[in-house]
Amino acid sequence: MSTPTTAELKPAPPPVETIRIKVDGRELDVPKTMPDWQGKPQPTTMLQACAMAGLEVPHYCYHPKLPIAGNCRMCLIEFGTPMMGPDRKPVLNEDGSPKIARSVLPYEPDAARGAIACATPISPGMELYPSSAATKQMREAVLESLLINHPLDCPICDQAGECKLQEYSVEHGQATSRFVETKVHKPKQVDLGPRIMLDDERCVLCTRCIRFTRDVAGDDALGIVNRGSYNSIAAYPGRQFDNNYSLNTVDLCPVGALTSKDFRFQMRVWFLKETKSLCATCGTGCNITAGAREEKLLRFEPRQNDAVNGPWMCDHGRLNYKWVQREDRLSTVISTRTGSGTWTGVLAEVAEVLRNAPKGSVAMVLSARQTNEELYLLNKLAVLCGAITDSIAREGQGDALLVSPDKNPNSNGVRLTGVAYTEMGIQIPKIAAGIRNGQIKTLVVFGEDVTRHGLEGDVLSRLDHLIVSDVLPNETTQRAHFLLPGCAHIEKRGTFVNVKGRLQKFMKAVEPKGDARPEWEFLGELLQLLGRPENFKSLEGLFNQMAKDTPAFAGLEWSRIGDLGVNVKL
Amino acid sequence: MNNARNNLTTVKRTELTFLEKLYVPTLWSGLKVTFRHFWNTLFRGKVVTMEYPEQKWTVPEGYRGAPYLVKDTEDRTKCVSCQLCEFVCPPKAIRITPPGPAVDPTTGNVEKRPKEFEINMLRCIFCGFCQEVCPEEAIFLQKDYSLTGVSRSEMIYDKEKLLALGGVHRGPIMKWKQKADEARKQDAFKPE
Repeated sequence: MSTPTTAELKPAPPPVETIRIKVDGRELDVPKTMPDWQGKPQPTTMLQACAMAGLEVPHYCYHPKLPIAGNCRMCLIEFGTPMMGPDRKPVLNEDGSPKIARSVLPYEPDAARGAIACATPISPGMELYPSSAATKQMREAVLESLLINHPLDCPICDQAGECKLQEYSVEHGQATSRFVETKVHKPKQVDLGPRIMLDDERCVLCTRCIRFTRDVAGDDALGIVNRGSYNSIAAYPGRQFDNNYSLNTVDLCPVGALTSKDFRFQMRVWFLKETKSLCATCGTGCNITAGAREEKLLRFEPRQNDAVNGPWMCDHGRLNYKWVQREDRLSTVISTRTGSGTWTGVLAEVAEVLRNAPKGSVAMVLSARQTNEELYLLNKLAVLCGAITDSIAREGQGDALLVSPDKNPNSNGVRLTGVAYTEMGIQIPKIAAGIRNGQIKTLVVFGEDVTRHGLEGDVLSRLDHLIVSDVLPNETTQRAHFLLPGCAHIEKRGTFVNVKGRLQKFMKAVEPKGDARPEWEFLGELLQLLGRPENFKSLEGLFNQMAKDTPAFAGLEWSRIGDLGVNVKL
Repeated sequence: MNNARNNLTTVKRTELTFLEKLYVPTLWSGLKVTFRHFWNTLFRGKVVTMEYPEQKWTVPEGYRGAPYLVKDTEDRTKCVSCQLCEFVCPPKAIRITPPGPAVDPTTGNVEKRPKEFEINMLRCIFCGFCQEVCPEEAIFLQKDYSLTGVSRSEMIYDKEKLLALGGVHRGPIMKWKQKADEARKQDAFKPE
């Protein structure tokens, strides 16, 4: 199986115009322009050049996906430019190399004058000194200034552990404070909106939140009020900071000024086990990092993937995790026929039912919230039983930034695995009619409450066998003859294909409760009981097998998908 | 092997004298101590043992006994639930339940206090890391060294019990009170 790699297919990129500079004495060719926050080419800045040299310049206000403000001064570095003679010709040293004039203060030629690396473009022959003594001194001074009115309440601050002020203070700051005056006190516990709590004392006034909500979210809700050391962030009078992207400002905030009300005082961040996963709330499939401790989900945070969500995600998706660990979650496997409560017993009974079902008497309603691997196995099961399959479309409101109107995370997976080739949901009336006229006797439902989608309770009561797998209880699970508790996507591994055709994998963040098992596991066992043994041992094997059998996934391998996913042909 | 053997030093056993070989003088010198204590205990009332557990040893200053939580002089739980002790605890004896997002008006400017604080005294090794790491001076190793119970669950001390045993800490630094006073003063300041 040979697949052309993307590198072979692409034409050679046009030659990039470069500038030769020196970073800490090391010569380096950097591109003349780099994409800015909107992707437009802009002159390369000192900060980007230092990053290319492998040196991180500390910064608060700069963010690669936000317009540049240049107000925190943390990225100040010392630099030098080639000296020019009166004839506008470079002055040379004795050995013929260009003479470099270090930047100095106008009337103090002995004191270095720094430039903010985030907003100063580089020029040919420039020398940057991000590790020089003068640069270190500038960083120390800036940090000292930022800490003047900082309350130092790290023990009660949610940001502690992932706070840039803490990190830079350790790395670049002074060991002791020289400040003996009384600190300025500002408002604390300010209710900025339904999901955001503000602590003005901790704010370093980097304006990342203001720029994000104005320029990215398109809701100019925040601003700075008052003067001098009384500067503080506030929402526009009489307004709430309540847009659907407000929680991104909590991630953006380099200090603990903006905190999430949902995660507030829940757990210190260093206890969280972080898992790379996806958001399954809509078809966009934003990449997330799920934080959990001791099998308890505590927060979702966006994980940067410029092909899907950039560094952002919507508040709705971010807070849509609590249902997974609800108290009433399905956690016992049951057969109401024999009262069996073990997986072995119930699966044997289900296999018996499906084996004895005549062709055309089985229907399946499979959710577009299941993973590709599960849909692939379910489709195999459907072919084996000669069953009619369909899924349920879930339309809603979308927006221009991230939210997709398709509320299923894997609608394209349903199409690509062949569960529903055409429009989803058009077979449901046929299935309902089939049940009514007694042709369909067995219904398999995965992850949907079909009583709300055209197969009402009185229809279901005509069935001989109702086999249901779900996570939360609903009317369909109550009517089930065989109930197989499944997993939410955060409790298992698998892949989804988002609305734009990007195949992405997700990892397991928490253990499922009780008997609940990943669907692909018991589906594999079920196929084995039906005399179709599968030869996968793990999810990796299952994915690779599916990729071989499914034209859309041809040539893919689990190990080659990567954390950011790959595009597949829709 | 040979080299190692060559490096060995042989210590010669000293020859014992006749008296030493008899052992009687040595025995006698030991018995003298025994008889002295016997005499002192019986007739002069000088006791060298204790009726434990009725009588207890007075522990010296700086002794590392069981860790308990303390309150400040204003009857406030000093712990702010920062969970550093939970993180640093080598035997993982400490478990803190943070308060969660609801705003508690009784905490004042401290904002945060533990909902639950448990120390499993069966796991605790009295190392004192919790006291050392605490940024709020809220937990101290005190002088209790003998903790008993009839069940394992009884040996998990909860917040109430730890605070009751810990008592009040009278420290000179009242960080939160000072902050609140400063803020109040600034609020009340009216420029002419």
